[in-house]
Amino acid sequence: MEEVKLMKGNEAVAEAAIRAGVDAYFGYPITPQSEVIEYLMMERPYQRTGMVVLQAESELAAINMVYGAAACGKKVMTSSSSPGISLKQEGISYMAGAELPCLIVDVVRGGPGLGTIQPSQADYFQMVKGGGHGDYKLIVLAPSTVQEMADFVDLAFELAFKYRNPAVILSDGVIGQMMEKVVLPPQKTRLTDEEVDEKYGSWATTGKKNGRERNIITSLELKSERQEAHNHHLQAKYKEITNKEVRYEAINTEDADYLIVAYGSSARISQKAIQMAAKKGYKVGLIRPITLWPFPTDIINKLADQVKGILSVEMSAGQMVEDVRLAVNGKVKVEHYGRFGGMVHSPDEVLEALENKIIKG
Amino acid sequence: MTEELIIAGFGGQGVLSMGKILAYSGIMEDKEVSWMPSYGPEMRGGTANVSVIISDERISSPVLRDFDTAIILNQQSMDKFEKSVHPGGLLLYDPNGIIHPPTRKDINIYTIEGALEASKLKSPKTFNMIVLGAFLKLKPIVKMENVHKGLLKSLPERHHHMIPMNEEAIKVGQEKVKEVQTV
Repeated sequence: MEEVKLMKGNEAVAEAAIRAGVDAYFGYPITPQSEVIEYLMMERPYQRTGMVVLQAESELAAINMVYGAAACGKKVMTSSSSPGISLKQEGISYMAGAELPCLIVDVVRGGPGLGTIQPSQADYFQMVKGGGHGDYKLIVLAPSTVQEMADFVDLAFELAFKYRNPAVILSDGVIGQMMEKVVLPPQKTRLTDEEVDEKYGSWATTGKKNGRERNIITSLELKSERQEAHNHHLQAKYKEITNKEVRYEAINTEDADYLIVAYGSSARISQKAIQMAAKKGYKVGLIRPITLWPFPTDIINKLADQVKGILSVEMSAGQMVEDVRLAVNGKVKVEHYGRFGGMVHSPDEVLEALENKIIKG
Repeated sequence: MTEELIIAGFGGQGVLSMGKILAYSGIMEDKEVSWMPSYGPEMRGGTANVSVIISDERISSPVLRDFDTAIILNQQSMDKFEKSVHPGGLLLYDPNGIIHPPTRKDINIYTIEGALEASKLKSPKTFNMIVLGAFLKLKPIVKMENVHKGLLKSLPERHHHMIPMNEEAIKVGQEKVKEVQTV
């Protein structure tokens, strides 16, 4: 039988990283995600698998270490929380430009500024829309359970390497800090340079071999014609990802009269609200985006033909609601509900908002 | 069966670890569990609380406003969480340090002299296990054999020699829990 463990979301990410055969973790502590680096330091994966774990001198150093290791074709990751992610945005934009695979874990806390250490989902814009400069996209996965915190590590790396693009696990203080049952994935061995070449193509700076051009990793191209061509290449890649990699969970949507769209911890809270709504006789469905980019636009557009109204629930002043509105394109009413600044809405509050803004509104 | 509870008191009283042992015991009984702590500056010497859910079904929201049970271990927590017990629910508290006892008439109220009994056992650290024992007497949601397994899982091996003492404390809690009112 598989071993069931009780772990925090942050610890699950760390253990899953060791088991995914990650080569290196570079990070800097910040609440509420410090357990990621704490767990890695305690577990000493450099003894288990040879994985490097390093506390950098700052978030800037950490993300640029990630850039360097990723350029060498290594499976490399970092993690932080909102203000720390803001600091990393320059490096993230560079990696998107240089097409480097990596995993960035963001355990979101309330902002703006230093804000609060309590849970929030107000990093949607900075991760999904690009907090750095330029026309780029990150593959953004949104776990809603501790199990998914573990499972999405390997998935994120698979997608990151498949498309040579940074991938993100966008979590929050609730999922990071809570403990749940988790079944951990089996241990994978770390790949050699040759295995990386074979599996993902030879693009990394692993030393020039006979018979191929030298590999260059850069985000700089001063000739505008070439930079435009590079951007066209990126856009074509983003289109392919949009076509192939949308993931979501649909709950009770078949005969729903109303719909909630919510991700991460808000999806869990909304599920309870939906159960409470059912007792009052309301048929409410839930779309839980698992990929925030690419966003599950088509299914939401389709359900807009069926339901009388849609409530977008997130712990922010209303960020994802913009993507829900774009998907719905005016077909039905779309409203936002959410506590923010570190406050977490309760199922009762979500139900109340659903009744006031959508059902009776 | 779904039991949604909050355990609240001072940081250092073993609030979070009591919740963890209960959650692990739930896992040993093949139930779904969630454990959601307060975190940050308030738990460093201030108030600490943890909501624990143990259920036969997949757990939706780990975040709750109202609970089936509140286990309350200081006055600040009483002020905050007395109102959060569902009507007909359970409030279990240690009267030590409680200046304003609960006044609600629509809930079941019990006390456990955890601090007093722990000092009688000459082992202040068993305080939280005495309180856990009192709770399990009132709501036997997990079997004692699974609590034993939960202790084995949640305590590091270097502390396993303390398990008999913890189990003794659980028994004391089961014996010493007192009814204040039932509805």
